Amino acid sequence: MRVVGVLAARNYNVESLTVARTLDDTLSRMTIVVDVEHKVRAQVVKQLNKLVNVLQAADLTEERSVAREMVLLRVRAEMSNRTAILKEAEIFQARVVDSSVEGFAIECTGDPEKLDEFIDLMRSYGEIEVTRSGLVAVTLEPKKLRLATPVPMGAAEEEEQERVLSK
Amino acid sequence: MASTINPPAGAGTLMSGSHILLECLVREGVDLIFGYPGGVTLPFYDAMYDHQIQHVLVRHEQNAAFAAQGYSRATGKVGVCCATSGPGAMNLVTGLVDAMMDSIPVVAITGQVTSKLIGTDAFQEADTFGITRPATKHNFMVKHVSELPRIIHEAFYIATTGRPGPVLVDIPKDIFQGSTQYQPVDSIHLPGYKLYTEGHTGQIRRAAQMIWEAERPMVYAGGGIIHSHAHNELRELVELADLPCVNTLMGLGALPGNHRNFISMPGMHGSYAANMGMYNTDLIIALGVRFDDRVTGRLNAFAPHAKVIHVDIDPSEISKIRNAELPIVGDAKKVLTKLNKVMRELEPEMRAQKSSARAEWWNTIRGWMEQHPLKPEFSVDEIKPQHLMAEIDSISGGEAIVTTDVGQHQMWAAQLIRYNHPRLWINSGGLGTMGFGLPSAIGAQFACPDKLVFSICGDGGFQMSIPEFATIANHKLPVKIIVMNNGYLGMVRQWQELFYNNRLSEVTLDSFPEAHLLAGAYGFKGKTISKPEKLRPALLEAVNEPGPYFLNVRVTPFENVYPMVPAGGAINEMVLGQPQPVAVAS
Repeated sequence: MRVVGVLAARNYNVESLTVARTLDDTLSRMTIVVDVEHKVRAQVVKQLNKLVNVLQAADLTEERSVAREMVLLRVRAEMSNRTAILKEAEIFQARVVDSSVEGFAIECTGDPEKLDEFIDLMRSYGEIEVTRSGLVAVTLEPKKLRLATPVPMGAAEEEEQERVLSK
Repeated sequence: MASTINPPAGAGTLMSGSHILLECLVREGVDLIFGYPGGVTLPFYDAMYDHQIQHVLVRHEQNAAFAAQGYSRATGKVGVCCATSGPGAMNLVTGLVDAMMDSIPVVAITGQVTSKLIGTDAFQEADTFGITRPATKHNFMVKHVSELPRIIHEAFYIATTGRPGPVLVDIPKDIFQGSTQYQPVDSIHLPGYKLYTEGHTGQIRRAAQMIWEAERPMVYAGGGIIHSHAHNELRELVELADLPCVNTLMGLGALPGNHRNFISMPGMHGSYAANMGMYNTDLIIALGVRFDDRVTGRLNAFAPHAKVIHVDIDPSEISKIRNAELPIVGDAKKVLTKLNKVMRELEPEMRAQKSSARAEWWNTIRGWMEQHPLKPEFSVDEIKPQHLMAEIDSISGGEAIVTTDVGQHQMWAAQLIRYNHPRLWINSGGLGTMGFGLPSAIGAQFACPDKLVFSICGDGGFQMSIPEFATIANHKLPVKIIVMNNGYLGMVRQWQELFYNNRLSEVTLDSFPEAHLLAGAYGFKGKTISKPEKLRPALLEAVNEPGPYFLNVRVTPFENVYPMVPAGGAINEMVLGQPQPVAVAS
């Protein structure tokens, strides 16, 4: 809620946002695709890092990283073109996850452009319904998470006292 | 909750949520809460009944937030306000956003309906947590009474550290009522809340070099100097390199108003010299500022020849609006202490290098200051608003606390009243909230009982806060309430005159109450004046009155604030004076 709120309040156009928990189940990782001008990118990351419960935000645009998206789609298939659909799915390394007299449910993973092509192709066979997962990404450069260390209670007040006294 | 005996604080004691909250507030040094009780905060108010912390009952929750801000702005300490669920919490929102915009540390405690009822559209339920998310630096909802100590101390820690700001803690009624073994918190652990306070040593060294090498440097200092108590370090920097310095609206008092290097305020209603200085400088030394649109005017015409050194504790402020050639993320006091040290190290070899260019720069600036000074105007028939501010300035001598709302009176008070110390000038800068001045004066007067406090309002904003007359009367606060009464929403009218063909739409404020009757109804003195010769005696009478005093000053109705950089204009293209006053069509 905070992340979406900040992005919306700053008028950044969010294309996709995925979230799921990490190995540590008290933490989640989000992959966010934001459509902004080049010079605003740093500002987006800074704004996200300002959120108290964001541990770290990083910009993967120019980093070595792998990004993938999944699409689940249902295509209505006439008996006559079922084989053709299966062939196409194979070319895209997509998997049929359900098959019925009405048609197929197919799962396909890849980069978003490839999925666009796959969806276009399936549309040419008949009525389809599409659910996309949004992008998930992982950086190929190991990153150390920099975290704040615990602060003893009263440390901030003592420092504040010093400031006031040093007037 | 029938017990009214304050249990002894200490680890392992069984305590109610209300008492734990009070205990944590005491640990944070809170002695005063501005608030308004209600249904779900009943258990908390019951615990407060015989507690050492003083509660000030305001007459509207919005004013609790403003009063907490006034308390904080006058002292640097956290201001605390409290409201009940639903409408109470909603009424705090404007005050929280106001604190957010001006980076004021405020902790707001709100009641929430009992946990089980959340989400059922219960009586006086509102999604306070959701609604205040963008209105605060951070907010919390307490889910279990055992979390309460951790959350309260985190709230204070977040409010005061880094870039300060408001934090809200939403507490359901059952959490106040529930009890647990109180475990005092001994450390704050917020792994994602990273503070960068020290400033990069290499960058600081480069900054010192750039400052000595500049021919036309300009210090642009703002509220960050005041928040970080860095005014002495600022003064040291300005004096050691003889730098001209402008203070933003939020930074007035950072460098004393009577300091010879102080050029005044830049921006939309800044002085000619400050704006010409900002336009012509070759190095902006930006300290705790955010290049607000009211300062920069049209961005591509702002300081076109300048490099920028930008010091700020909030990394997201750096290069947000104007690219910084030399960014330094850090606390202004720490960075300036280091910067001054390096400046002194470099002084012997670098001081002389640009001395003639620097002398010429000062001559130019002094020329601008003489050419178009910020000077009050006087009339024999009417009290000019500038005259009012000049008299207050003369009585204050740069030492009184002045609070304002937003609008013409705020700009004249910023231009014409000197502030020789930080934390004297208290106004709603970023959000520009009407009605801010009177309640924030209450907070400031509670914080500084011995100080002279002027609450200067326009006749518009004043009428948004009249209920607080009761709070002032209740506590016999010696606030001097000065209304600069021109019968208009002056700033809006100024824009209608200048940019909307003088079509004055809904800006006339008739039916202003009789001052002596209004103040008298609350049991203190009030008066209306309209003649210039009455002004000084009336102000002196107000100041000499031991209690509150309400002075309604009828000023020239059609006076406008100048200089003025029209919205979207370039800062070197100021409108310097009134065209011809135009009468309203009857």
